[in-house]
Amino acid sequence: MSLGQRVSTDRQLARLLQIGVVLEEVVEARAYSHLESLSPDERAELDEEIAELLDHAAEESAEHRARLESLVDEMDAETVGYDEIELLVREHYASNQPEDFDGLLYDQLCNEETAYKFYDDLIEAIEASDADYTVDEELVLDTLYAIREEEKEGVEEVTAIMEDRE
Amino acid sequence: MNTADQYLKAIYLAQMMEDGPASTGQLADMLDVSPASVNEMIGKLEDRGLADHEKYKGVELTDDGIGRARDALQTYCIIERFLANVLEVESYREEARALESVIDDTVAERLDTIIDRRSECPDCFDPEADRCECLIAEGQAD
Repeated sequence: MSLGQRVSTDRQLARLLQIGVVLEEVVEARAYSHLESLSPDERAELDEEIAELLDHAAEESAEHRARLESLVDEMDAETVGYDEIELLVREHYASNQPEDFDGLLYDQLCNEETAYKFYDDLIEAIEASDADYTVDEELVLDTLYAIREEEKEGVEEVTAIMEDRE
Repeated sequence: MNTADQYLKAIYLAQMMEDGPASTGQLADMLDVSPASVNEMIGKLEDRGLADHEKYKGVELTDDGIGRARDALQTYCIIERFLANVLEVESYREEARALESVIDDTVAERLDTIIDRRSECPDCFDPEADRCECLIAEGQAD
């Protein structure tokens, strides 16, 4: 067991980036499955604002996923079957839907907050390490900073909609 | 998982294996740190009401300490299961130990939503084998 929060090897970094990809997959699948699960009546009732939010969340997660994947590709990491993971995530979310729009927004908020926390911890752990990675550390950090910022904006966006609906 | 939680988890597992108090030396071995570091952290855990330390006898967790330790073990179990069952990592124990300090419990909870974790978790964790008993990848592992 290694104590202390730092990323000291290439393999650890690659694995954490892969976990980031899976978390993005979760956000994306969840947002899409929320949209797809709605009946025509519910869709009609759905605020345009929320529909746009879910759409935007799904698109943004796909983009984050691609950016993380390209970093992992630059490293000599074991391949992960993302297609299988995508299926797994979607299967789990198909049978697990929030009951109403408030639940849906709350769920989206949890997703964005979790992703933000993950990138925040990851940045701190990389910065605390003096390891040399095979991938350019500055590029990794720049990417993670940018993604973390977008997650933060996502949290603020969902919070604002939730407050407006109160 | 922060350092204090990693200690609590180690004490909890050591107590299970020993069926009694955990010794400083055993904890130092498990955590790969010096006995002095263990003593320092045990003092902090005592101050927070999470552990009781008796000289020559060892350290035991309080009820609050046990609660925190079980949460930490559950987070570790999720990471191990995620690595073994979803990412199909062969050296999942080694990697889970390396990653546990970076993965927060809220992140673990999110990963938990895509693994089939059982309700008895973390009692599914076998301290002697140092693995969750419900892993499906044992045949492919280590």
